[in-house]
Amino acid sequence: MRRALLELLQYRSAVAGLVIIGFFVALSVYAVIAIPYPEAIRLWRAGEELWQHNPRSARPEWVNWFLREDLPRTLVVEGTSAAWPARPLGGDVREASGALSFAYPYRRPPSELGIFLETGYRERPPQVELSWIAPDGSEVRIAEFAARRREVYRLSSDPRLQQELGGRPEVVLFSRPDRPGEAMRGRYALRVRTYLFEPDSEVRVRLVVYGEVHGLAGTDHLRRDLSLALLWGAPVAMAFGLVASVGSSVSTLVIAALGAWYGGWVDGLIQRITEVNLILPGLPILIMIATLYSRSLSVMVGVVILLGIFGGGIKTYRALFLQVKESPYIEAARAYGASGLRIVFLYMVPRAVPILVPQFVTLIPSFVFLEATLSVLGLGDPLLPTWGKVIEDAYRAGALYVGQYYWVLEPAALLMLAGLGFTLLGFALDRIFNPRLREL
Amino acid sequence: MARAVSFALPRPRTTSSLARVAIYTATRGVALFLTTVVGIYLTILVANMGGYVDQIKRAEIREQVALAASMNEQIRRLPPEVRERVVAEMIRVEERRLGLDRPFLVRSLRYLQDALLLRLGFAERMTSDSGSRLVRSILLDRLPSTLLLFATTSNLLFFVSVALALTLSRQYGSFWDRLVVALAPLSAPPAWFYGIFLILIFAAWLRWLPFGGMVDAPPPEGKLAYALSVLKHMVLPASAITFTSLPLAVYSWRTFFLIFSSEDYVELARAKGLPGPLVERRYILRPALPTLLTNFALGLIGAWTGAIVLETVFNWPGLGRTLYQAVGLADTPVIVGATVLYAYLLALTVFLLDVAYAIVDPRVRVGG
Repeated sequence: MRRALLELLQYRSAVAGLVIIGFFVALSVYAVIAIPYPEAIRLWRAGEELWQHNPRSARPEWVNWFLREDLPRTLVVEGTSAAWPARPLGGDVREASGALSFAYPYRRPPSELGIFLETGYRERPPQVELSWIAPDGSEVRIAEFAARRREVYRLSSDPRLQQELGGRPEVVLFSRPDRPGEAMRGRYALRVRTYLFEPDSEVRVRLVVYGEVHGLAGTDHLRRDLSLALLWGAPVAMAFGLVASVGSSVSTLVIAALGAWYGGWVDGLIQRITEVNLILPGLPILIMIATLYSRSLSVMVGVVILLGIFGGGIKTYRALFLQVKESPYIEAARAYGASGLRIVFLYMVPRAVPILVPQFVTLIPSFVFLEATLSVLGLGDPLLPTWGKVIEDAYRAGALYVGQYYWVLEPAALLMLAGLGFTLLGFALDRIFNPRLREL
Repeated sequence: MARAVSFALPRPRTTSSLARVAIYTATRGVALFLTTVVGIYLTILVANMGGYVDQIKRAEIREQVALAASMNEQIRRLPPEVRERVVAEMIRVEERRLGLDRPFLVRSLRYLQDALLLRLGFAERMTSDSGSRLVRSILLDRLPSTLLLFATTSNLLFFVSVALALTLSRQYGSFWDRLVVALAPLSAPPAWFYGIFLILIFAAWLRWLPFGGMVDAPPPEGKLAYALSVLKHMVLPASAITFTSLPLAVYSWRTFFLIFSSEDYVELARAKGLPGPLVERRYILRPALPTLLTNFALGLIGAWTGAIVLETVFNWPGLGRTLYQAVGLADTPVIVGATVLYAYLLALTVFLLDVAYAIVDPRVRVGG
């Protein structure tokens, strides 16, 4: 074993494979510890409410390294009426006004504008007036409304404002007068004038200037941070691949050994089942089970293992075991009176481990991709975010058609890398354990 | 390459070898048919575990009875309550007649018979191109496009990979040879995965080829223009399949040819001074042919079912995309029907390859 490991390190491809696998294992451990399972599901399933400060379908931040003109990041400015100078207007009524000002250094206008208000009042909601001040000092009135406890005012989806400004608010409000469409750089401000009708009323305002890039991985159409799904995709893919691969290859090995040892009807039955299994269309059956019964990951793993047990590998193992069965050491075992099961598990199965190990390592990617395939078909685990599900979301949202390539490329790259890692290692292991190939 | 393979076709045979092949084929056919029956029966058992096939049957009966009632002048003239009662009674009688009240074992045999005859019932939501709700029409409408894509790519793949593998085995250790060994892991991702990249590059970015579909919309006039349009749409899905299968196929066949070319009889043939191509055809390719066919069949079987997502990604109007749509609509009869049809297709593939195997394997032909 130790020798095999040392030998393994002499293959550059094996070292590369091990590094990649190590990376994904570390990523998985990090994901599970940093964002525990229920938390991951909650974040991914919570809906837009939770992610409302994220831009929609934003590219990852690092695309800015490759672009001549930086894409805007999201800016958040906050303020509260309690901190602003108040002017009494008689009775309990006050007027408090302030400005949320921020510097805008980008040449491209933001992707969206949103104002989030949290209001404290007992009976009469405060009245709010909003106006926009551009760096050149010009002021545009935006809106005026009574602010309920939680008010979300999205400038970008206000048709009245759009009509008044003669274009999309987030573009017009940031436009240079001489070059419409290009944003003016400088300090902008949102002036908020509030009329408070009760002594302890308060208005907290948060202006979100949505950018076009977000975080390490960007966001999807529901503003969710893709890095969460990409991170959690790693443990899911590793677990699915490993469990399915180990489960199916070990049980195949044991069954082939039992068949070869006992022969007769046992062997015949196993052979017949293998033939039937060859005809059974695996993916359609998985699809059927997922639609009719359950699409939870554990059920899928179980079915995959069941379908995989009587796979093509059984014939290879059987041929090997038929040879092994005749070897002298088995005869010796028989002579000392070892039982059939003892011979199978202690003397025959271990002999096939050199074939088993590379095979199950090379099998892992196919299961990782199978999970992605099921997810792309919309049959992924209903709760967990996985790489395949990100691709599915992207595909359904037409990401390729509208040019949101990052959305497809990121999970695809991770899938590819994971698959490559295991295949590289598997091929190297195959050459070490089966030296006949090494000569070629 | 074509010459090498035509060489592999049977030499003038005696009647006895023909008979042998026929007997072999027939026994394999019977065995395979039994296997298929068991496979389809298993599929039905899985599908009906929650009574889903029963539901399909009930829906089908209701549909037929409702249709019959609406055609029947006498029933139509009855007042609504009476008519409802009559229809309900008719449904009950029909369910009894079809044995829905019998134990499951008996029912399952009937379902098996229906499935084997491709009587797959009515779809819940989907319709075929001609507007029929019969699952069989829906699926059979879509079969030719799947077959077209598959027949083309698998043939292409077979000849290209054998040719490449043979060339590489001739120059063992060269740059190209090592490249193929290094590229073999590229076969791990399924075809749809490469499909996405190909769409990204050639459709979204370069705009050379269409995103998907089978012909331009509207379909071009004239047979030639139509065929060209189909060809244009086939380039990307076919390349996706090639991408995923070619590296591993070339790699494993090259290794295979290398093993065969180190046999003693090959050395002898070379020592005799036979020309290289002849040695390759007669002494390397020929004995390797049965194994080649088996590998090819296994690859094909994998590809058949793998095409479900590929067809979806490329909007190719085949069986796989229909299954995908059925999943989206939760149309159980179509899903079960498609699974049965896939089982049939796989059995057919295995059978055809068995026949080919019988023809090329001298142990079968000559007896051994």
